[in-house]
Amino acid sequence: MTGQYYPILLEALQVIIVLLGAPLLVGWVRMVKCWTQGRRSAGLLQPLRDISKFLVKDTVLAHNASWIFTATPYVVFGATLVAGAIIPVVSADLPLAATADIIALVAIFAVARFFTALAGLDVGTAFGGMGTSREMMVSSLAEPAVLMSVFTVSLVSHSTSLSYMVHDITTVSFVLRPSLAFALLAFVLIAIAETGRIPVDNPSTHLELTMIHEAMILEYSGRHLALIEWASMMKLFLFASLGISLFMPWGIAGIDDPGMIPVALVALTAKLALLGVGLVLVETGLSKMRIFRVAEFLGMAFLLATLGMLSYFILE
Amino acid sequence: MDVNFAAQINGILAALILLTSFGLLVQKRVYGLLHIFAWQGLFLSISTAVVGYSTGLHHLYISALLTLALKVFALPYILYVLIHKLHIHKEVEDMVNVPTTMLIGIALVIFSYDLMSPVRELSSLVTRSTLAVALSTVMLGLLMMITRKKAITQIVGFLSLENGLFFAATSATYGMPLVVELGVALDILIAAFIFGIFFFQIRTTFDSLDLKEMEKLKEEE
Repeated sequence: MTGQYYPILLEALQVIIVLLGAPLLVGWVRMVKCWTQGRRSAGLLQPLRDISKFLVKDTVLAHNASWIFTATPYVVFGATLVAGAIIPVVSADLPLAATADIIALVAIFAVARFFTALAGLDVGTAFGGMGTSREMMVSSLAEPAVLMSVFTVSLVSHSTSLSYMVHDITTVSFVLRPSLAFALLAFVLIAIAETGRIPVDNPSTHLELTMIHEAMILEYSGRHLALIEWASMMKLFLFASLGISLFMPWGIAGIDDPGMIPVALVALTAKLALLGVGLVLVETGLSKMRIFRVAEFLGMAFLLATLGMLSYFILE
Repeated sequence: MDVNFAAQINGILAALILLTSFGLLVQKRVYGLLHIFAWQGLFLSISTAVVGYSTGLHHLYISALLTLALKVFALPYILYVLIHKLHIHKEVEDMVNVPTTMLIGIALVIFSYDLMSPVRELSSLVTRSTLAVALSTVMLGLLMMITRKKAITQIVGFLSLENGLFFAATSATYGMPLVVELGVALDILIAAFIFGIFFFQIRTTFDSLDLKEMEKLKEEE
């Protein structure tokens, strides 16, 4: 199978996993959440059904919507999909991973967020502007922390290329590293903020005043909404799998090792399922914090990430 | 357990001690402070025991036990009783800008690392890399005493500073002689009682434990 088509096949497999895995992960999270709250769940496939329903519905546009508003869903979806083609999910030997390193990855997510924010402002509704200003506040605080956190992993593995980082962490013998523990903690806090999960933002809220991400996309409908929803599901999936591949990549298929891919798939599913349960436990245990406490929350993430980097220099 | 693994565990514990120092720096609630302080003592005690095990120096076990008894149980308990008697357990300290304090703290850690790096080159002990963490703990304790206004939080800052000194002694020379350590432990215990008496005195004079009130004491010119 290791012919000239192997890289293309692998990349295609990766993109399909990201596209289909994301709604399944969200479905799983919702299912577990229903169980913990004693409700009946709509099933694992409900997010997929939602997306396919939105795709065939009519799109309603505001009269004063500019090209930015119509272009944003495609930009956001495209950027998130590109990010999905870069993060090694099942194999460390990802051909496109060489095209962008971890800094570019953060920038790709930033492009998606920038356009969502513009679209939130574009139609000129009050809630859109409010959501945009909140989202910008959260992201401007989260970005330095996310860079610090991934740089710590880069320091440990001596590279910023995701593929190489994963390879390095899986092949080097196990060492207890306080720096990675700090970076992981910081990464978890940031991932919660970036993907808009509970202590920071509530993805299932219907109360406009408390929304962050949802407020920006209130005006979207039909296929635009489908793309944006799908992109935000993929973002959750990608942050989860980025965390997995940076901090616990064991089980991922190595370079030139296609036989490991089925095992890697099983490992990935198990890890994501566990992560989903963890996410639900966090979300049921905590309540959403006040928006002005988010700064402290993300300051803590930045502190942890910086401590991780410092303890790499001091202790290792 | 080989020496390398012991050094790794010690590194993790040092990192946790540093984390608890930052926790003390930003924690607003009084009981929360006591819990974090007790955790710091526990990590310190385990770290001392690990160093004692990996170097075969058995007097370190006694200092570890002493740390455990004094800093994890006795001191937090004394402070707890004090807080309870003074009825300040619900007080939340308003702090000047938590993020700025954190950034100053990070700068202090970098400064300590820079200051300690020549020592690290010279030393041949297993624990040499934790020296910078010990100095940072001292610095962060000082910073806490500077930034806080309430008497009780300043005391906790002082005690955490003492934790840093103890940790420095363990990581620089595998601990001070036992006689010195016993003396220091006794001093700390007595200090805690004296703090208690002072708290009540400050309280009866000013009706508050906020040390800003003390500025009223200066003479008018």
